[in-house]
Amino acid sequence: MKKLTGAFLASALAATPLLAEPVDDTLILNEDITLVTRTAAPDHVSDVLDEVMSGWLFRGTETRAMQADDFDNPGMIFVEQAEEVWNTAEGSEGKSCASCHGASEEMAGVRPVYPKFNEDAGEVRTLEMQINDCRENRMGAEKWKYTGGSMVNMTALLASVSRGMPVNIAIDGPAQSTWEAGKELYYTRTGQLELACASCHEANYGNMIRADHLSQGQINGFPTYRLKNTKLNAVHARFKGCIRDTRAETFSPGSPEFIALELYVGSRGNGLSVEGPSVRN
Amino acid sequence: MELTRRNALLMGAGAFLAAGLPFRASAAAEDAIAAFTGGAEVGTGDITLTAPEIAENGNTVPIEVSSEAAVEIMVLAMGNPTPSVATFKFGKLAASRAASTRIRLAGTQDVVAIAKLEDGSFVQASSTVKVTIGGCGG
Amino acid sequence: MAKGVKPRVKVPKTAAAGDTITIKTLISHKMESGQRKDDDGNLIPRSIINRFTCDFNGENVIDVTLEPAISTNPYLEFEALVPEAGDFKFTWYDDDGSVYDTTKTIAIE
Repeated sequence: MKKLTGAFLASALAATPLLAEPVDDTLILNEDITLVTRTAAPDHVSDVLDEVMSGWLFRGTETRAMQADDFDNPGMIFVEQAEEVWNTAEGSEGKSCASCHGASEEMAGVRPVYPKFNEDAGEVRTLEMQINDCRENRMGAEKWKYTGGSMVNMTALLASVSRGMPVNIAIDGPAQSTWEAGKELYYTRTGQLELACASCHEANYGNMIRADHLSQGQINGFPTYRLKNTKLNAVHARFKGCIRDTRAETFSPGSPEFIALELYVGSRGNGLSVEGPSVRN
Repeated sequence: MELTRRNALLMGAGAFLAAGLPFRASAAAEDAIAAFTGGAEVGTGDITLTAPEIAENGNTVPIEVSSEAAVEIMVLAMGNPTPSVATFKFGKLAASRAASTRIRLAGTQDVVAIAKLEDGSFVQASSTVKVTIGGCGG
Repeated sequence: MAKGVKPRVKVPKTAAAGDTITIKTLISHKMESGQRKDDDGNLIPRSIINRFTCDFNGENVIDVTLEPAISTNPYLEFEALVPEAGDFKFTWYDDDGSVYDTTKTIAIE
């Protein structure tokens, strides 16, 4: 079995020199802010990677251009929709997000440190979990579906106000055990094809898988507007799809496995700029 | 000349090429072109179509059409189930006879832009766009 | 009225008289092509934005016929002449009869 999958993998990942390398290009947003899409790997992965690179560098010319302008970026129309929701009161307490948090711009600095350990709750929380906690317990509003439209729009808004800030996810202290669990998942081969995240995203980034340019699988650009489904996609939705595509049994959005995986994968991109909402294939 | 099947095919292919049309023009595409041109001859010249050589994803492909003297530009995707894509009609206050948009392509195919110029003549440009299947099928 | 349809337009706030400006427009619309099938195998009927117009002080800039091959969240970019100060009116026509519009005012510097 292992021999077969090895052969399959070898043929599927045949390197095509022409398009193999990530581009040498700089992401300047709105002709204003320069985003860091390439930087020295954080210590904890420096043994396996020299540099960490944003998925932006692996996409085609037109796709990269689409992200460089807030008008060309179709994800931003959903950010605008979330801005309206931000300022609209909802729930039994008659509050809006703005009632406590002020303008959405005040939330700069939040996205780069999530997922993180929440002292009061005694658990690692993703941004989605924290949003739902606020909605349920402070607004008296209904929780949003984890990867539903309302939630992904809101995480896009929160990412957008932190663009340019370096991802800075804590991997030690109370978050450490979750981080270790995520790391184990990342390197465990599963499913029919016996692939781990690392099989593609660490051992073969830059190569072509069929006609797609494999990235390092960084998530600093999430939620991302995918040209493929013309909508914003959440991290856990992408994890689920990726695992399903490699013919392994997948986990659910919001599951402890995906929370751990998000913490770990996010930390592999520490130092890259928050880019969400990005534009990808 | 003996009308063998081979010769008939070659003549047919030659006729297509001589007409300047992409080889596999479907009936629907021919109808759309005929409706636009009224059967007039379509030459080459004052029309530029900009499209990527390889589409990142067939669902959203950025294209641009531009011309100096076009009154109207029609865009067709010759390999789509229905070839019509868009028609741009330029008004008095159009600063340039150019427009950009994003289109869906069902597979690798020719995208064709036909312009009706101010003098009543028609010109066309075409571009082959490769549409590929992504990584893990996802 | 199709759900969640929201237009978005980028027009400079000012221009010199006679200037050429670039206008970018986007409208969030599914653009259901009529080619897709639902889970039961039935064709989902076509439902798209089929026409877009831009007028300035009543004079037409561009008139676009859109077909199902235009991507979801239709994006249109073009250039307009600005002879004087005034209003750009943008109108999108939906298969279902709805009409969405938005207006942007431009001043002469």
